[in-house]
Amino acid sequence: MNLIEPFGYVFFQHALLASVFSAIICGFIGAYIVSRRMVFISGGITHASFGGMGLAYFFGFNYLLGAAVFALVSALVVEYLSKRTEVREDSAIGMLWSLGMAIGIIFTFLSPGYAPNLMSGLFGSILAVSNTELWLMAVLAIIIILFFIQFFPAILAVAFDMEYASTHHIPVNFINYSLISLIALAIVLNIRVSGIILVLAMMTIPPVTANLLTKRLKPMILLSIALGLAGNVLGLIFSYLLNLPSGATIIVTHILIFGIVRLCISLRETHTA
Amino acid sequence: MTRNKLIEISDLSAGYYGKPVIYHIHLTVYEGDFIGIIGPNGGGKTTFIKTIAGIIKPLSGMLIFYSPEGQAIEKPKLGYLPQVNTFDKSFPISVEEVVLTGLLSAKGRLRRFRANDKEAVHEVLERLKISHLASKPIGELSGGQMQRVFLARAIVSQPWILLLDEPSTYADNRFEAELYELLVQLNEKMTILMVSHDLGMIPSYIKSIACVNGTLHYHPTPEITPEILRVYNCPIELIAHGIVPHRVLSTHQENSSTNESH
Repeated sequence: MNLIEPFGYVFFQHALLASVFSAIICGFIGAYIVSRRMVFISGGITHASFGGMGLAYFFGFNYLLGAAVFALVSALVVEYLSKRTEVREDSAIGMLWSLGMAIGIIFTFLSPGYAPNLMSGLFGSILAVSNTELWLMAVLAIIIILFFIQFFPAILAVAFDMEYASTHHIPVNFINYSLISLIALAIVLNIRVSGIILVLAMMTIPPVTANLLTKRLKPMILLSIALGLAGNVLGLIFSYLLNLPSGATIIVTHILIFGIVRLCISLRETHTA
Repeated sequence: MTRNKLIEISDLSAGYYGKPVIYHIHLTVYEGDFIGIIGPNGGGKTTFIKTIAGIIKPLSGMLIFYSPEGQAIEKPKLGYLPQVNTFDKSFPISVEEVVLTGLLSAKGRLRRFRANDKEAVHEVLERLKISHLASKPIGELSGGQMQRVFLARAIVSQPWILLLDEPSTYADNRFEAELYELLVQLNEKMTILMVSHDLGMIPSYIKSIACVNGTLHYHPTPEITPEILRVYNCPIELIAHGIVPHRVLSTHQENSSTNESH
């Protein structure tokens, strides 16, 4: 089998570009949600967006638009609820999570015929990524990079100790709402890459691996991007060589990298001990 | 010589979700004050400190800050040490980065940290004898070391007003003695408001006492008087001063039978 061959196809080049943008987006956003223990919230936002996809499919508009609206609204609702501690945040997330899925299923059922877009929404298909989607991912990656460069000290302070940050007149609400919106958009644009079911893994596995190697947020973000890129590209090549679904293969590759890094650390510890 | 006032509080009430925890509070804090804030659990000591720190917005009343030059200002230079740290110990952040966040308001939110900020951080770490921990992740420190880091964060910006909420929690005995000596030194340059349950420690360092139990009673001397104890409505442990430190348990109030539920 020829390793160079796939790189000649336009769809494969697109998939590679998508891997790069996805690694950057998931590196920043993933390191943040892992550090702040927001993985469950992100899961809620991901699944709520399925409702938007079902609605978009039924009424015949772009699935990205439907998913983005549902993801953003649920993200802002969760952020708002978390400020009022009388509401149990995890229960609210659980309800949003299932409400989104239920709406998605109902509208899929109401739509006549097979729903191929919806299937790719659930499982992803990085090889079918469109030009528009690539552009959107590039723009989002740039926005995220600029936001983190501009506000990094404030982001770090708010993420670590929100109450203390507010004593320094830091715009805590602005930081929190901006970041939860970026999380929602990052999720929606990565749905094409790995699908609703697996998108969370793209955001959590590389940062968790990075966290094995560093205990500071900035290097953790940079390492997450590097590890994410390695996993995405290797996964893509594996899926081509072994003729397996791309999204799932990429996730398994990320897990393999995590396992190898974990093993190396254990070996080094026993070696030095 | 009249001293400058730094904080003017009048008829202040504050609490959570519109329900006041503290109310009708009047207090004027002057430059150089070292006020010990005592009171029963649930009496609102922490709510009071958090309101001054700007974490809780007052429900009603007036809270005005003045610069040492006597000008009313919106954003005073405050140093804040929160009560028992409920932060996430696995959060990826180093000691140096934690202390740097203490310089954020001085920087403005857009500017990055510079070399002189790091110098300020290292000076303060040196002073608290934890400079060797600068690059350590915060989660790998002992309780006493963490408390030093959070004190460093509170004083690194050289604030006018230092707000301390139970600073001796987690402190080992050695650090506790050091801590109070350090606070006396700091008090030469900063005005200090300190919440403490450690009534025995309090009189030897502080200059005055504020008793918070729903509302606030101010006592311009550091002695703990029977009147203060009446506010507590509960017998408390006291330390008497003498050559040999010894503890005297205060007597119950006349209506001690009402306290049986304690």
